[in-house]
Amino acid sequence: MTDEPVVPEVVETVDGEALAAARAAAIAENDRNEAAALRRATRRSFLTMGVTAAVGAGAWALLRSRAPLQGLPAPFRRALDANDKLAMAYFSPTRLNREYPPAKITRPRVNGGLGISANNDPAAWRLTIQGVAGGARVLTLDEIKAFPRRTMITEFRCIEGWSTINQWTGTRLSDVVHAFPPDHPTRYVAMETPDRGYYVGLDMDSVLHPQTLLAYELNGAPLTWQHGAPLRLAIPVKYGVKNIKRVGVIRYTDVRPADFWAEQGYDWYLGL
Amino acid sequence: MKRLERKHRLAIRWFHWINFPLLALMIWSGALIYWANAVYRFLGIPLNPPQKVWQKLHMAYRLADGMSIHFFVMWFFAINGVLYVLYTLLSGEWRELVPNRRSFIEAIQVTLHDLHLRKTAPPQRKYNGAQRISYTAIIIMGFGSLVSGMAIYKPVQLSWLATMMGGYQGARFVHFWLTVGYVAFFAVHIAQVVRTGWNNFQAMVTGYELHEVPND
Repeated sequence: MTDEPVVPEVVETVDGEALAAARAAAIAENDRNEAAALRRATRRSFLTMGVTAAVGAGAWALLRSRAPLQGLPAPFRRALDANDKLAMAYFSPTRLNREYPPAKITRPRVNGGLGISANNDPAAWRLTIQGVAGGARVLTLDEIKAFPRRTMITEFRCIEGWSTINQWTGTRLSDVVHAFPPDHPTRYVAMETPDRGYYVGLDMDSVLHPQTLLAYELNGAPLTWQHGAPLRLAIPVKYGVKNIKRVGVIRYTDVRPADFWAEQGYDWYLGL
Repeated sequence: MKRLERKHRLAIRWFHWINFPLLALMIWSGALIYWANAVYRFLGIPLNPPQKVWQKLHMAYRLADGMSIHFFVMWFFAINGVLYVLYTLLSGEWRELVPNRRSFIEAIQVTLHDLHLRKTAPPQRKYNGAQRISYTAIIIMGFGSLVSGMAIYKPVQLSWLATMMGGYQGARFVHFWLTVGYVAFFAVHIAQVVRTGWNNFQAMVTGYELHEVPND
């Protein structure tokens, strides 16, 4: 293809016409050869492309059709879990959410009613901590409020994409964990509403993050039932779905706890 | 007479054609995610078709699905993009791709010619000024998608990145409009490839282009 074509020189001789004809023939032959070479290259390359495309499409179809694992084709669930491992390794409790001035507070949004109800009796509510050294503990709201009071104004980010800026007031979850430590070091914490209508799984690092609160006030007022009265989790290192309302049970565990939305195909960790 | 000439190297062709389905998957899974909070507008028109349309396209109620695809394919998309950039740098191919002093005036001339407002196209090497600018811009956009995507994905652990993007919502905005940019690029790219014809298109597959050269 890159060889120089042999084109006879046109010289002014008596045989000029014959030479010109020979030259034209040589050019025509060269053009035919080049075109043929291109056709061969085209066939070869388009075949390679077609086969590659078919293999790629086949591989994708195979990946998508694998048996589901927690609401997703298994390879996609494993990829999410691998991403989570990386994120957990990179996580540092010294990296904080930005805290905003009060002027930045926006209207809170109610986006879920799982595990909560207007009919719940706030006075009957108790928090049970399971897996504690010396046996499970049952706490009242006043006992939670006896811990140092913390206030933060942070961004609440929903997995759907929207976000609001809220002021949370409550007890650092790490204060509660340190007061009622697990009977042995555990990697996870499960949290449930009293009726287990909603439940989340959390990693211990995120639980101990300084901006993770058991909140009893939102924007300066006690929580309404829609926002999880009397006590909810405010955990801005996670998407909104992990901010469980009306926490009734906290349990230390070595096994990655069940998580309501992870069972529906969402990522388990959801760390931000 | 005609001569077959090398146009696109094998590696460039592979990067290009691998990128095509990967970017398509990223845009499609991104749209599945966008459905959950389709808030952007263009000239006042909400960029959110009626739910019936989303459902017809099987793209409604698939946020979890979309995220799992997005966070799976992102690795392949990013790796292919990074390798492409490294390759163009190491092979020297970047010299053909990065705009130079003449590119901007040339791009205007090319555009005027394409719109039939100018008779002659400016003389060009492998890529004309307009191509240099777009093919470099698309790589910068890709980098922007990577960075804004990371800011959305980990706005606390990478809060410095999110801050640079104007916060979590700023990063979402950038990420969305860059994607609209890809769709626009795709439309123009396809139109130009169709206009330029088969010989040019097949060169992106075979690597060779047939040229008319002077008889020597």
